[in-house]
Amino acid sequence: MTDQVNSGRRKVVAITAAAGACAGVAAALPFAASMLPSERAKALGAPVEADISGLAPGEMQILEWRGKPVWIIRRTPEMLAGIKKSEGNLADPKSEVPQQPAYAQNEFRSIKDEYAVLVGVCTHLGCSPQFKSLDAQAEMGADWGGGFYCPCHGSKFDFAGHVYKGVPAPINLQVPPYTYLSDTKILIGDDTKGA
Amino acid sequence: MAAAEKPPVTGFGPLNCVVGWVDARFPLIKLWEEQWGKYIAPKNFNFWYYFGSLAAFVLVLQIVTGIFLTMNYKPDATQAFASVEYIMREVPFGWLIRYMHSTGASAFFIVVYLHMFRSLLYGSHRQPRELLWIFGVLIYLCLMGEAFFGYLLPWGQMSFWGAQVIVNLFGSVPFIGPDLSEWIRGDYVISDATLNRFFAFHVIAIPLVLIGLVAAHLTALHEVGSNNPDGVEIKKQPKDPQTGLPLDGIYSHPYYTIKDLYGVAVFLFVFAIVVFFAPEMGGYFLEANNFIPADSLKTPPHIAPVWYFTPYYSILRAIPPLFNSQFPGVAAMGAATLILFFLPWLDRSPVKSIRYRGPIYKVALTAFVVTFLLLGYLGTEPTNVWGQFGPWLGNVERATVIARIGTLIYFAFFVLMPWYSRIDKVKPEPQRLT
Repeated sequence: MTDQVNSGRRKVVAITAAAGACAGVAAALPFAASMLPSERAKALGAPVEADISGLAPGEMQILEWRGKPVWIIRRTPEMLAGIKKSEGNLADPKSEVPQQPAYAQNEFRSIKDEYAVLVGVCTHLGCSPQFKSLDAQAEMGADWGGGFYCPCHGSKFDFAGHVYKGVPAPINLQVPPYTYLSDTKILIGDDTKGA
Repeated sequence: MAAAEKPPVTGFGPLNCVVGWVDARFPLIKLWEEQWGKYIAPKNFNFWYYFGSLAAFVLVLQIVTGIFLTMNYKPDATQAFASVEYIMREVPFGWLIRYMHSTGASAFFIVVYLHMFRSLLYGSHRQPRELLWIFGVLIYLCLMGEAFFGYLLPWGQMSFWGAQVIVNLFGSVPFIGPDLSEWIRGDYVISDATLNRFFAFHVIAIPLVLIGLVAAHLTALHEVGSNNPDGVEIKKQPKDPQTGLPLDGIYSHPYYTIKDLYGVAVFLFVFAIVVFFAPEMGGYFLEANNFIPADSLKTPPHIAPVWYFTPYYSILRAIPPLFNSQFPGVAAMGAATLILFFLPWLDRSPVKSIRYRGPIYKVALTAFVVTFLLLGYLGTEPTNVWGQFGPWLGNVERATVIARIGTLIYFAFFVLMPWYSRIDKVKPEPQRLT
């Protein structure tokens, strides 16, 4: 026995410890990965088809995609005018934050002006905002151009999902990827198929 | 080897030989004496010293009632809500066990907040008890996790949307946020997968960590010794020649055994009144919306966390978004809890106890407590609760402005502490306890 540190053995100890730590991390990976969405959850997240033939002007249809509400709103000319009217109150009227596919980065954030397709989840903390028509001016203020109001923390959006200035939600509502399969059928969640 | 040096076990009458047999093979007497029986504590513990033992008592209560709840609860999104109602209506005494558990959750936070306040009063976090304090803060964080995971289990509207809001907080973390929240949920939305894993965290993962931390907390306490309302170290005192104890020290047993049992009795009186007569506590302990089954397509008109989270929730809401991201609010909320870890080093006062501190600390602590309560109240209400300022102030909501000022005071209490605790005029500490 000597008091001298055997540096060769020290090195082996350090390498063994490092290898053990690597093995520990590697062993933790399957456990962490097991918490990701399962194959079944992913399959349930597949695109959904919406039939809009029965949707009257000014009405909204709600369907479920990936467990989130997706709104399809058939906008009347007055509602479109309301969107234009509220432009000065909006935080991102030009939709510069990528909250929509490129084909929906336009004035009304949609493929066709008449139909808005929006994920109905507030961009603040994920609540579902409520439909407030043009007539809700008593409640929403005189400059209200119609849109949505989040009951959780008071965020406001217009009928194109543009967020108002000075509310908790930082960005516009999300426009999901979608495509028209025909004039009355919309596929939500996938924009690579269809007409 | 060590066993041969032990004195023979006495005091157990006919059981001396049994206890002796165990003690020769397990440090039974030693553990008891070190951890409680011969643990020397200051003689002047007052009202504020009930809450440590009460917290331990509530922990046991939660574990026992929790075990019995799992016997009938089903962690399945299609059955969870109904199984809780089954427990409430059909399981014999199920209502009692469930109300004890739900009331126990709130009681736990009341007791722990008072326990933490005691530290701020008497400087119990100060050297040499920094690690004891850190274990305590870790326990507090675990408790918050435990409460959060547990609140999803009844699968009511508030369970669902509360979890939705909190998990989305992680979604605002730059770069990894959306993947992170998906990983926490195990789905694109709060779902059966989320409920199942939250159940696993609530009933096994966090409780195991919690019990380990409580053991570490107690071991650290019994190593460094208890602080007291005077903030004077009894270990530095001369020993009493007759007893061999520090002049102001007494054995925990039987003195504090009796005191703590008295505390438990009083606590149980109050606890029973709540369990039997006001288990929902006007919507503060159990929210009305949670008696409606979870619906992922319909947000309740007003979402608020349970009262014990609301001070932090207020801070979250108070911070405006920056660069199109609400991460600053999330970061502020995180910082508000994590800053507690640094308290032992932020406090630079030459004395520990509020009895010998000067007016600045007294004012600061009062402001902090009032702010904490005010933020807590605001967090339970919608942000328009106090209406808006007029147009000359930009129509901003009054409650939001107050919450912002409150957030500033909350952080100022900690951040300015190294400065104000040093310049404060203190009185000299006594040699003996008063």
